[in-house]
Amino acid sequence: MSSHPLEICLVFSSLLFCVGLAGALSRSNSILVLLGIELMLNAANLNFVAFWRYGASPAPATGVVFVAFSVAVAAAEAAVGLALVISIYRRQKSIRLQEAVRLKG
Amino acid sequence: MGLPVQHLWLIPAIPLAAAAVGAAAPRRARALASAAAILSMAGAFILSCLALSTALGAPALHQSYNFDWFQLGSGAVRLGWVLDPLTALMCVMVTFVSTLIFIFSVGYMKEDENFKQFFCFLSLFAAAMMGIIVSNSLLLVFISWELVGLASYLLIGFWFTKPAAAAAAKKAFITTRIGDLGFFLGILWLNNAAGSLLFYDGGQGVLEASVLGSLSAKVTVGGIAVSTAIGLLVFCGAVGKSGQFPLHVWLPDAMEGPTPVSALIHAATMVAAGVFLIARVYPLMTADQALAHVPIHALTVVAFIGAITALLGALIAVAQNDIKRVLAFSTVSQLGYMMLALGVGSWVAAIFHLLTHAFFKALLFLGAGSVIHAAHHEQDMRRLGGLGAKMRVTFAAFAVGMMALAGVPFLFSGYWSKEAILHAAYEWEPSMIPLVMALAAVVLTSFYMTRLLAEVFLGKARSKEADHAHENPAVMTAPLVILAVCAVLLGFLGTPAWPWLQSALTGKAVEPRSLVEGASLVILSVLLVCTGLGAGWALYGRRLRQSSTAADPLESSWPRAYAFSASRFKFDELYAAVFGRLNLALATLSDWLDRRLWGGLVDLVGRFGVTAGHFNRETDDEGLNTGFNAASEELRSVGKLYSRIQTGEAHGYLRIMAVGFVVLAILSMMGGAK
Repeated sequence: MSSHPLEICLVFSSLLFCVGLAGALSRSNSILVLLGIELMLNAANLNFVAFWRYGASPAPATGVVFVAFSVAVAAAEAAVGLALVISIYRRQKSIRLQEAVRLKG
Repeated sequence: MGLPVQHLWLIPAIPLAAAAVGAAAPRRARALASAAAILSMAGAFILSCLALSTALGAPALHQSYNFDWFQLGSGAVRLGWVLDPLTALMCVMVTFVSTLIFIFSVGYMKEDENFKQFFCFLSLFAAAMMGIIVSNSLLLVFISWELVGLASYLLIGFWFTKPAAAAAAKKAFITTRIGDLGFFLGILWLNNAAGSLLFYDGGQGVLEASVLGSLSAKVTVGGIAVSTAIGLLVFCGAVGKSGQFPLHVWLPDAMEGPTPVSALIHAATMVAAGVFLIARVYPLMTADQALAHVPIHALTVVAFIGAITALLGALIAVAQNDIKRVLAFSTVSQLGYMMLALGVGSWVAAIFHLLTHAFFKALLFLGAGSVIHAAHHEQDMRRLGGLGAKMRVTFAAFAVGMMALAGVPFLFSGYWSKEAILHAAYEWEPSMIPLVMALAAVVLTSFYMTRLLAEVFLGKARSKEADHAHENPAVMTAPLVILAVCAVLLGFLGTPAWPWLQSALTGKAVEPRSLVEGASLVILSVLLVCTGLGAGWALYGRRLRQSSTAADPLESSWPRAYAFSASRFKFDELYAAVFGRLNLALATLSDWLDRRLWGGLVDLVGRFGVTAGHFNRETDDEGLNTGFNAASEELRSVGKLYSRIQTGEAHGYLRIMAVGFVVLAILSMMGGAK
């Protein structure tokens, strides 16, 4: 296996993504599903930083700025997600995702 | 042998590693978690001692090591470590006290099922605290500062199934956050004005003469120097963390956490972080001292806030009945003394008191923990009593701590450090009010500590729990004894006759003060301490409480004042009435705006749409209908088909997304292979 730092970062971020995906798919607790989604998002953030740091032009802070925005968005998203979980919990006293099916078409 | 400054990061890193071990270990790995925590603290203590020898032996007062964290645009965000006697002494104190408290916790938390997490959190806290101490950048201080806040939240709410503990954790977090907002604004302003957040940077740091000169030369709103404004904003953070008036309300509630936590965080170390921060940025706080025309000096505010806090804490402590609450308010009061010392220009006295206070307050809290553990979690001192005969080691150690806190003259460390503060306040020119308040607090301190000691340890047991109490094992009493020895000896580091600590901290030889100078103040303070002790003994020691329901002597004499003090001067109620209601009013206003104003606008647009729709329908019904009817029938059936996919089950969606992702990944790989 090559030891180029970019590749190590990418392998790590794909692993992180897979962990997040597996978590999001296999958990029935909606908080844990949210957690999985956050992990996937962070894997993407990691790619931004990795491509910026080891890419063609590391001088302008493009990757970091992307990530700063993306982290801010993720924080807002987590706040909304948790608020939704709380309101689902208040409504049906459970946060199992399988039971939250009131929005079906 | 010493620890060079570029390796200073090891001191916080070792406890951090222990926290990681604790976090990763399985729940039943109790011995592993506690051993990792204790050994890491002991290791950090040894490193701190090495750092101290380096700092004292170095020719320069401040050594720093800076590095680029990351590049941002044309500039770089830089962090670093700083090593000076202040850093090194704080490190030694925190690691030493932490090690003892960790050992005590092994006994205290023995029966807790979350034993492992407890040590993980403790290590995290210690690591963050060390981070504050060693960092050479206000940014790094802020990061560690918030980590300390997090650890404090986790530990106050450690027994989170108790609603009071969960509420106290939230209260501590939010209250300190109010102060941190000011701190953060101060950091932003400083970065903007000075272009750097490094403390010492070879002449370019924010605590060095050139930057300070430019900061104090600039003037902002109301004629205040920029350095004053930034200093006051940073002070906001210290007010929150160090439980100063008016943000002191969280500290007594934080006693809901386990007692070792109260000892470590809410007495000895974390609450001292605010004092340490102000001592660290002291050149910034004093930059405006030379200016005569400014409306206010930063340190004046600090002095008055400190004096108010010292007196307020002592007044409230007099009427509390929970052992830990009394100690908590005494902490508030002592932190007030430290702020007062900073404000009147003697940061050395503040650090001296910080160091001695850390030892005797940790001792008092661990003593209280020992009592609480023995008396089956009974903390109400009206229901204790008579423990002196049953728990001799605890009693002796607690008495030493009590006398150190009360400032019993000449033998105990608390006397020397408090005397240094009073002396500094005496020499402060702008006003005598802080000195008077501090002297009043001296009387009250010795009074309520006598009360505490008499109620808990003397007389006869007033409840079943107190009757069955017996001395704790050595793992809990040994730390008490060590701390008690320190609580006596530490004072001799900085007596007026041999001011070693003062010389070490400032890097200059300090002339011993002659005993004649300020002798009237010494005599006065000794008299005041004796008054407090005597009054406490007369009220509580000679006439011992007979039953757990008997009224307090002060309560029967001045019922209204006593009740007011017992309810902590109604600060919580005041805040609930003012800020709680303000928040509620804002929320109601937003709600109203949302429903009426914006809702009304949306409604209006909707109504317009409906009218237009009516008009449309009329025209449609007349003509154009049949062709569209057929088309829409088609659309509806297709829509029904699609709506079957909308099961509402989030897992289904996630699965489809995952399949799509895999397909995309395969496609892109095939594209890459071409």
